[in-house]
Amino acid sequence: MLPAAVRVLESELTRTGNPSSLHASGRAARRVVEEARERFAAALGARPSEVLWTSGGTEADNLAIKGLFWARRTHDPGRRRILVSAVEHHAVLDPAFWMAEHAGAELVLLPVDSDGVLEVDALRAELEANGEHAALLSVMWANNEVGTLQPLADVVALARRHGVPVHADAVQAVGQVPVDFAASGLDAMTVSGHKLGGPGGTGALLARRGLELTPVQHGGGQERGVRSGTLDAALLASFATAVDEAVAARPTHAPRVAALRDTLVAGVRAIDPTAVLRGPADTERRLPANAHFTFPGCEGDSLLYLLDSAGVEASTGSACQAGVPRPSHVLLAMGVDEDDARGALRFSLGHTSTSDDVAALLTALPAVLERARAAGLAGSSSARVGVA
Amino acid sequence: MRVLAALSGGVDSAVAAARAVDAGHEVVGVHMALSRTRDQFRTGSRGCCSIEDAGDARRAADVLGIPYYVWDLSERFEETVVADFLSEYAAGRTPNPCVRCNEHIKFATLLDKALALGFDAVCTGHYARAVERPDGTRELHRALDAAKDQSYVLAVMGPERLARSMFPLGDVASKEETRREAAARGLSVSAKPDSYDICFVADGDTQGFLRDRLGAQPGEVVDSSGAVVGTHDGAYAYTVGQRRGLALGRPAPDGRPRYVLAVEPVRNRVVVGSSDELVVDLVHADRAVWYDDVARDPARWAAAALSVQVRAHGAPVPAAFELAEPDRLSVALRAPLRGVAAGQSVVVYDGTRVLGQATVTGAERTSHVLAGSAAVDTA
Repeated sequence: MLPAAVRVLESELTRTGNPSSLHASGRAARRVVEEARERFAAALGARPSEVLWTSGGTEADNLAIKGLFWARRTHDPGRRRILVSAVEHHAVLDPAFWMAEHAGAELVLLPVDSDGVLEVDALRAELEANGEHAALLSVMWANNEVGTLQPLADVVALARRHGVPVHADAVQAVGQVPVDFAASGLDAMTVSGHKLGGPGGTGALLARRGLELTPVQHGGGQERGVRSGTLDAALLASFATAVDEAVAARPTHAPRVAALRDTLVAGVRAIDPTAVLRGPADTERRLPANAHFTFPGCEGDSLLYLLDSAGVEASTGSACQAGVPRPSHVLLAMGVDEDDARGALRFSLGHTSTSDDVAALLTALPAVLERARAAGLAGSSSARVGVA
Repeated sequence: MRVLAALSGGVDSAVAAARAVDAGHEVVGVHMALSRTRDQFRTGSRGCCSIEDAGDARRAADVLGIPYYVWDLSERFEETVVADFLSEYAAGRTPNPCVRCNEHIKFATLLDKALALGFDAVCTGHYARAVERPDGTRELHRALDAAKDQSYVLAVMGPERLARSMFPLGDVASKEETRREAAARGLSVSAKPDSYDICFVADGDTQGFLRDRLGAQPGEVVDSSGAVVGTHDGAYAYTVGQRRGLALGRPAPDGRPRYVLAVEPVRNRVVVGSSDELVVDLVHADRAVWYDDVARDPARWAAAALSVQVRAHGAPVPAAFELAEPDRLSVALRAPLRGVAAGQSVVVYDGTRVLGQATVTGAERTSHVLAGSAAVDTA
């Protein structure tokens, strides 16, 4: 967590009072929550009333997909299609699949190109053919695995023409690239606390004024009646502080980590010319802090273990839910075959990353790759087919 | 040593890993993901045991303070253990998937990958003892606790694999001692129930699993004279020695219970008869793996006082064997057995030491065995 966010959390944790209570301590807590809301909204180009606090990015994504679908369908039963890109985070994909299985939705997975960029022409064709049946569209601001930035301006313009609300999961984008909710034209947008140095268990859905959302969580009617549940003033104040700081620091932070990323990418390519950088080669079209490679002949599992042993922490894709690694749906959607997808490694750079860290990785990498290749794809049949 | 501890999520592998840590080894925990049933997108509650097991394994690694990884070996598992399970049943034999998993996954794929990554050994929670000889080679022995002994399912690995394996629970007095040790170490799995079912048959319904994967193939159930006494939905679902689940409707003329005597896949027939007809005293086996120089000195072993075991939880019986070829043998049982199924392993013991193992291809009764003699029921 960012030190400022920790300080705010510490100082606010001793406060008593439910922000929804009308007594003096309740009013004081409410003030903390509302000031947090104002700062949060200001940092992201939104109005305070557009902020719906949630328990994290996953809840915000679920609220967007389910809440928008049900609200739209109430008005027009013919609008049953949920359009999502094939590279969405599971917090968007899984509720979309669930709605298709349990709530009468029709799921449309929109294709991406080999860089992971949404095929805008495919979206256009879908909207022209079935636009009047579309309930909502969800396309992430930036991909969490390969760092690809999506053409949201084009997406929003197209969707608007067909009256389809657009949600974007911006969890990866805030603090990395400029994010302005009003300017984006989005109808809803997800933000998460822990990704940008705030406390875990915090998130928000920005929902445009006038956007109808059917509640997913019912109870005391907090957050415009859309998201019930007692608010935690300390967590929210800390969350808002983190967003504020991350957005303010972005103009210096982003170029710094982008330079480190460039060194990392060049170094990896020099060490292993067969390594493939996934996501756009054009650094303007990807997140500054992300570098994602597939290493042919290596298994991500092996790379992860060997790098960890060498003191370098990387990940094979997204931090895995059940701990059971599978070839990434993002890479598969980009047309990467299963074997190559198994050799995926994602490097993320943060506030504390230094050029020494990058140097340490590049020093460890040659031996790690050699050993991982020797271990081969021991768990897969294709390895043996390859040998035969 | 750098030791890879296979963590299943159960109490045995957790305590085994703990003992490896205590012994001063550099231990890394790995949970093998073997099930392919997981959907890419999760749309329902999964009370799936494998998810719980992965979580328990992770927690055990946390308590031990060792790194933890999940390795996806499901594809290899499906191609070897599950495919073998299906093709063996389809061929009228009775496979032991735990043996095949040890042969193809734990002490093959996992071990090979571990060695390639720089580990010196793989540690598991099996109950068996790897005893070092003066010359540095190793012998595989039964566990101290005969009731938990798993040398039968491990024997297939062979001496080279054994040299890279570690079984810290071989000298534990009982499973209760393992549980007490787990509790004392703060391992939350100390009271977790033992697993007995086949891990990839989630609901324990092996016949249902076979029917799903192999399809229904109705056929006849006949007695040893060839008279039709019933029908079945697939001969593959029957096992030699099986008594329950025959659903023949009519009792045998003599009123005695009937057992499966043979499964004939080509004719899709199941042959049933009395328990006496199950008695065998000569077992044939192939694919032998030896832990000693059996092939070079067969006379020495022909004279030795040996015993064999033909089922995972069966009692050992005195026996002698003859080699037809280095990897093919016939075992003469000094005490006849009932219900020896092709596809099972026969493990030859010299006292507590595993001398070798092979896969049963068939069994017969030689003339000198009297019907109704005191045969040992292997079930």
